[in-house]
Amino acid sequence: MNLANAMMLALPELFLAISALALLLVGAMLRPSAVAVWVASGAALIVAAVLAAIGPLGTAFAGGFVADQAAAFAKVAIYLATAVALFLGSGWLGRLKARQFEYPILILLSALGMGIMASSGDLISLYVGVELQSLAAYVLAAFRRDDAKASEAALKYFVLGALSSGLLLYGASLIYGFAGSVKFADIAVAAHAGAANGVLFGLVFLICGLAFKVSAAPFHMWIPDVYEGAPTPVVAFFAAAPKLAAMVLFARALADAFPGAADQWRQVLIVIAVISMLLGAFAGLVQKNLKRLWAYSSIANIGYALVGLSAGTQEGVQAMLVFMVLYMIDVTGFFACLMALNRDGKPMETMDDMAGLMRERPGMALAMTAFAVSAIGFPPFSGFWAKVYVFKAIIDAGYGWVAVVGLVSSVVAAFYYLRLVKVMWFDPPGGAVDAGPADARGVAFAAALFSFPVVLVALIGLDPLAKSAASAFGLG
Amino acid sequence: MSGILSLTTFSPLIGVAAILLIRLFGREGQEEAAARAARWIALVTTLATFALSIVVVASFDAHQAGFQMVENQPWFAGFRYRMGVDGLSVLFVLLTAFLLPLCIAASWTSIKERVLEYMIAFLVLETLMIGVFCALDLIVFYLFFEGQLMPMFLIIGVWGGQRRVYAAYKFFLYTLLGSVLMLAAILAMIGITHTSSIPDLLTYHFDPKLQVVLWLAFLASFAVKLPMWPVHTWLPDAHVEAPTAGSVILAGILLKMGGYGFLRFSVPMFPNASHTFAPLMFALSVVAIVYTSLVAFRQTDVKKLIAYSSVAHMGFVTMGIFSGTLQGEQGAIFQMLSHGLISGALFLCVGVVYDRMHTREIAFYGGLTARMPWYAAVFMLFSLGNVGLPGTSGFVGEILSLVGVYRASTWTAIFAATGVILSATYALTLYRRMMFDPLTNPKLETITDLEPRETAIFTPLIIGTVALGLAPWLVLNLTMASAAKYVALYQLFGGG
Repeated sequence: MNLANAMMLALPELFLAISALALLLVGAMLRPSAVAVWVASGAALIVAAVLAAIGPLGTAFAGGFVADQAAAFAKVAIYLATAVALFLGSGWLGRLKARQFEYPILILLSALGMGIMASSGDLISLYVGVELQSLAAYVLAAFRRDDAKASEAALKYFVLGALSSGLLLYGASLIYGFAGSVKFADIAVAAHAGAANGVLFGLVFLICGLAFKVSAAPFHMWIPDVYEGAPTPVVAFFAAAPKLAAMVLFARALADAFPGAADQWRQVLIVIAVISMLLGAFAGLVQKNLKRLWAYSSIANIGYALVGLSAGTQEGVQAMLVFMVLYMIDVTGFFACLMALNRDGKPMETMDDMAGLMRERPGMALAMTAFAVSAIGFPPFSGFWAKVYVFKAIIDAGYGWVAVVGLVSSVVAAFYYLRLVKVMWFDPPGGAVDAGPADARGVAFAAALFSFPVVLVALIGLDPLAKSAASAFGLG
Repeated sequence: MSGILSLTTFSPLIGVAAILLIRLFGREGQEEAAARAARWIALVTTLATFALSIVVVASFDAHQAGFQMVENQPWFAGFRYRMGVDGLSVLFVLLTAFLLPLCIAASWTSIKERVLEYMIAFLVLETLMIGVFCALDLIVFYLFFEGQLMPMFLIIGVWGGQRRVYAAYKFFLYTLLGSVLMLAAILAMIGITHTSSIPDLLTYHFDPKLQVVLWLAFLASFAVKLPMWPVHTWLPDAHVEAPTAGSVILAGILLKMGGYGFLRFSVPMFPNASHTFAPLMFALSVVAIVYTSLVAFRQTDVKKLIAYSSVAHMGFVTMGIFSGTLQGEQGAIFQMLSHGLISGALFLCVGVVYDRMHTREIAFYGGLTARMPWYAAVFMLFSLGNVGLPGTSGFVGEILSLVGVYRASTWTAIFAATGVILSATYALTLYRRMMFDPLTNPKLETITDLEPRETAIFTPLIIGTVALGLAPWLVLNLTMASAAKYVALYQLFGGG
């Protein structure tokens, strides 16, 4: 494998890296209008998505970088979701007259980290990808540095994130020490050959570190505060693409490096998934702030995605990928709704703010209803199909009780999603709502239309794509 | 005639699209005109759907036991869009399409707030209800079955009475909990058989131990939906708070889906488990019949009384279904159709006085015969139908169920037969208190008899109830072949 070939395989990420650095230089030296940097960043993300979609497949850099169907699938979804988040952020910061050129560059760097996560073939690229993504995200969370809540959220995020990176690194070092290699393929061989205990010990730390990144319980403590405190467009970004990247990395690390230990990691994952689903459902019941509520909702949803992964089968990974893509669209749409809803110039973020929205803004209320209903897992909305995939996978793997726990917890969670519907539809209006910005409204409507009815058609295409992506992992 | 089922199922959505256009392009200050247009659009659409459903029934071949008018299109992940009807389902399509125009007409003046949304909710609900009876794929069935919760939640919650939020939540969460367990069972069945086709699954013989688990999961859903004692408590609340048309839909069609589910899934797909659990079902049915009849007797709210009487009448349905005899199954289907007409009509009767007086307290009324003679006559007919008087459709269903269950379990039949007497007690007492007692309440002095619109609503219901009572073969001939096939299968596998 010569260097040129390797460069071709990593072209989307190289392109992103060069774009980010070039834009940083241009932004700092030439001081163009901030809008130009935003537009260029968005364009870079879309080009990277196209490159990832049409690029060649193979491994590069001595196995440290994998470009397979799974990576391509994930990258297209990640870059496009990031571009949408960028678009939302642009409008929002523009209205605050705080559109700085660093914001899109941070987003680009974070996206680059996610691309590396999706493509990592050894522990080094795994860690580099995770850190690059996270470091950019910490800064983004604190982007409104004059806002005390945002600063607090960012600090919490950073401290706990650093702790989880420590766990991740400790696990990686144990695995390296016992397996003698950082490459996933070599670890798989070593784990099989009997260096099992030390490697398994490291595996547990690795899982804990990754569980923190996807905010699965019991490593979820940071996420409600960060969602509540961080600027809404930043939350829209956090809530979608990084989760998918971390889940793909999760799948890759477990499936490629520990295929022989599936019985062991399945146990751990099932425990994490079950705790996440239950905690997300029950803790959400008492939340008043919608951003906070959706943080708990995301804990539960990551639990569902982990259910798919813990099946330990190709079907399970496919289910997880479909789940995450559908979830990403829903959650982006939901935060776009929150960005579009203001009363007297103040954002509407609590349950009570939404009272009577169906009379004031029927379009937005319908979109919010679609997201809430979809989050229940109610047919025929996209959330239903997402759950059908993961629960079918886990039932086929022989763990029907996990599906039952998941479904029952979704009924508990239905209570708080229904409360949102109830407040919007049944309660008397709480006062006039501003005409929302067109960009956020557009994204919200597009996502709501995807949730239903577009999903019924989109799945015809998404299903085989996710299937071929899942076949890239060495699972039965 | 392929495609006719999809056309029937989705035809109400054309009306939805038309109303949405009005909503989007309607001008300020013309809400009254928009509401009027929405009412007419909804009425015309539901009538068109009714016409289509008549075409479906007319082109149905009663001699075939299998599925007819089948549609089969590939979808994704191995699911297929399959539609079709057989003797069990075809008449429910007709019943649904028959009741919907009446519901729209019944809401003509009583719904004044958010008329457009109301009509949209009903039209969407109609699509989902017809779809349930036509679906031949487990996932498609589940989509339609579960999808109804949301429109019904909104109908109860937005246009309901005082405690509407409580009732809407209770309805939604009860039903959802039952449904998700069924979903788990559906996913397991697809995983085992690698198909989601209902016709294929009907010929698949599941392992008897597994049947028990799957049967219980389906029970969770259908028992709540039907509803069976002791999971019936959501029903009185939902009925009382729902607007009149919502109650008609609930009693007339949504409840029937529980019975239809038992007929379509539980008995033919899990015959061994059905046979094992038949005594349990008999016991629950008898409790439902006797206990809820007694509870109905003590009610002070008219709607609540009729709601409890519905639970009692559904007891005859479950009893007939699990008797595993031809009379029992036929009786159950007949009872469901007849109850759809009669209970729907009774709720409409309550709606008539509620629209005038805005109370459902039985004690408020009395002596209505003097002021509303026509109304009293109509109410009398449906009360007697509810009791099961020979000559009305209520009689045929009850007698067939009782005969069927007598052959399977004599004691069940004996206890259940007391329900007929009990139903006479509460229904006739209700009638006496509302219609015959002296007119003492001065507010009732000015109450007026049925208007032409209301007469138009009741006429088809009266014709239906009497026609089915005098000529039950109209229904029984259509359901015979399919019911006989399933009974034969059940007796083969279940050893009944």
